[in-house]
Amino acid sequence: MTSLVLSTATRFLLPLMLLFSLFLLLRGHNDPGGGFVGGLVAATGFVLYALAYGVEAAQRVLRVHPRVLIAIGLLCALGSGALACMSGQPFLTGLWSGYEIPVLGKVGTPLVFDVGVYVMVVGVTLLIIFSLAEE
Amino acid sequence: MIDQLFILFVILPVLTAVILFAIGPRSVWQQRASLAVVALLWAFSLYGLVHVLQTGIVVLRMGDWPAPYGIILVADVLSMTMVALTMTIALAVTLFSLPTVDRARQEHFYYPLFFILLMGVNGAFLTGDIFNLFVFFEVLLIASYALMALGSDADQLRETNIYVVLNLIASAVFLLGLAATYRIMGTLNMADLAVKMQAQAENPLLTVLAMVFLFVFGTKAAIFPLYFWLPGPYFPPPAGISAFFGGILTKVGVYAIFRTFTLLFRHDPSFTHELLLALSAATMLFGVLGAISQMDVKRILSYHIISQIGYMILGIGLFTPQALAGALFYIVHHVIVKSALFLISGAVQETTGTTSLKALGGLATRSWFLSALFLVAALSLAGLPPLSGFFSKFIILQAGMHEGRYGYVAIGLLGSFLTLFSMLKIWNGVFWGADRAPTRPAGLRPLLPGVVLLVSLTIGIGLFPSVLYRVVDAAAGQLTDPRVYIEAVLGPQTPGSGILPAERTSQ
Repeated sequence: MTSLVLSTATRFLLPLMLLFSLFLLLRGHNDPGGGFVGGLVAATGFVLYALAYGVEAAQRVLRVHPRVLIAIGLLCALGSGALACMSGQPFLTGLWSGYEIPVLGKVGTPLVFDVGVYVMVVGVTLLIIFSLAEE
Repeated sequence: MIDQLFILFVILPVLTAVILFAIGPRSVWQQRASLAVVALLWAFSLYGLVHVLQTGIVVLRMGDWPAPYGIILVADVLSMTMVALTMTIALAVTLFSLPTVDRARQEHFYYPLFFILLMGVNGAFLTGDIFNLFVFFEVLLIASYALMALGSDADQLRETNIYVVLNLIASAVFLLGLAATYRIMGTLNMADLAVKMQAQAENPLLTVLAMVFLFVFGTKAAIFPLYFWLPGPYFPPPAGISAFFGGILTKVGVYAIFRTFTLLFRHDPSFTHELLLALSAATMLFGVLGAISQMDVKRILSYHIISQIGYMILGIGLFTPQALAGALFYIVHHVIVKSALFLISGAVQETTGTTSLKALGGLATRSWFLSALFLVAALSLAGLPPLSGFFSKFIILQAGMHEGRYGYVAIGLLGSFLTLFSMLKIWNGVFWGADRAPTRPAGLRPLLPGVVLLVSLTIGIGLFPSVLYRVVDAAAGQLTDPRVYIEAVLGPQTPGSGILPAERTSQ
């Protein structure tokens, strides 16, 4: 079943949703949002694409296997915690850079952790949905 | 600085799991990296144990948040002994898995799952927070469900089903118990809980909480009357997995009982610990009776786990320093020997295709070495001197005599006698007599390194029991005096804040 309306709308919606997911990710430290929600929104964008164009097309657009995303996400999260370990502080201690970046504000290892969560949520959600859709 | 490295026991397994997951299941590096990481963690766990013995309790504060609020890991002698034990078994199991895990299992992420399991087990031993104990329990359970069902033949799926449902019930009750604890006490940090519980030792709800947690941990540890689930699920999976499950997983439940009933629930030993004693007697007896009625090596071994859990619970029920030391000694001995026996049964299965006593016989004529390994491990399990089983039972039963609990001592002795009987049943059925077992082309030699490691450990402990005794004695010392643990986590406490005396009065 292909729908002209859905597939045309998806072309515009996918980039918009990805952009919105990044917005959620970046504002999430002090405001509602964060890696988990952002990851879900991003994954929803790809799921929409899969509905409109089929699972294979969605996998092509994603470019990497969702499994790789899970691994990258976990490594990011672990790495952000381990950085503190290497500088002699307890695991997961937040390290902050001294100066502020415009728009983002102060950045530090918690952002890296959140990015890890984001990537992993995208990976897990898509792995589950692609597997179910292929059945 | 070295203290911060203790986090490796939790994050190195998960890091390895992630990498093995990402590099693809067909890579040869699955096996090499697994062995390397397990060996590294094993060496570091032994070092960590020595470190904790020398310098005292190591406390890690995640994210540098202070103790009752943040997540903490606490490595005392008990925790590190359990971690070192886990890594020893993990090493033996990995050595055994390399030649025996088939391609299909490896392609379905056997090794990454094993590392997730290790992360959960190590985390459960090290956490200083009862909610995180729940979290790590879930991590290890999810990995264990997958490992148990891997291969998915009908037997496995049926048994895994039972195991999953039962553990889900136990986990739900665990969560309810945690919610109730938080409502009553306002904290879930174990050291903080210990302080607050002793301040209101008269509160009758404490005993209710103790019983809720006893139900949860008793289900995981398979004590009477909650052991009915145990023999089944350990039968169908490959021997490496059975060995790890049989050796370590039930002991996570025992560890949790140890931790909660020495640190938290010490307000009314004449009820709680008396109940533990009664349960231990029933566990010892019914487990071993179940074992003698079985006709399959792996099933006999599974039933024995139950009866031996009884000895450990006996030690905690007696609640004297010597009894606790004896029970810990018993855990170390039991985990090593039980895993060795499971691996031997796996070697029998690999080379003959079966573990049924009726189909086997006369393996002694095929390999005297495997038979000798079995005999040493079996006699050690039954408690014959000079092997490790003798000393562990001796210490516990002597503590029982000191307390004047002759009935329990008698049941313990009867239990070891019946253990010897069922071990000889395996010996007669599998190794003795004319060679009538079927043959499979698998070679025996690659299967042995892990078994040899464990069997030499039981001989070593038997020859030099004082080395291990010093460790478990230090652990028991910390358990009988919770102030040490509390002050390591929360800092110095005001004197006279109501910490109970270390020993329970004998009756």
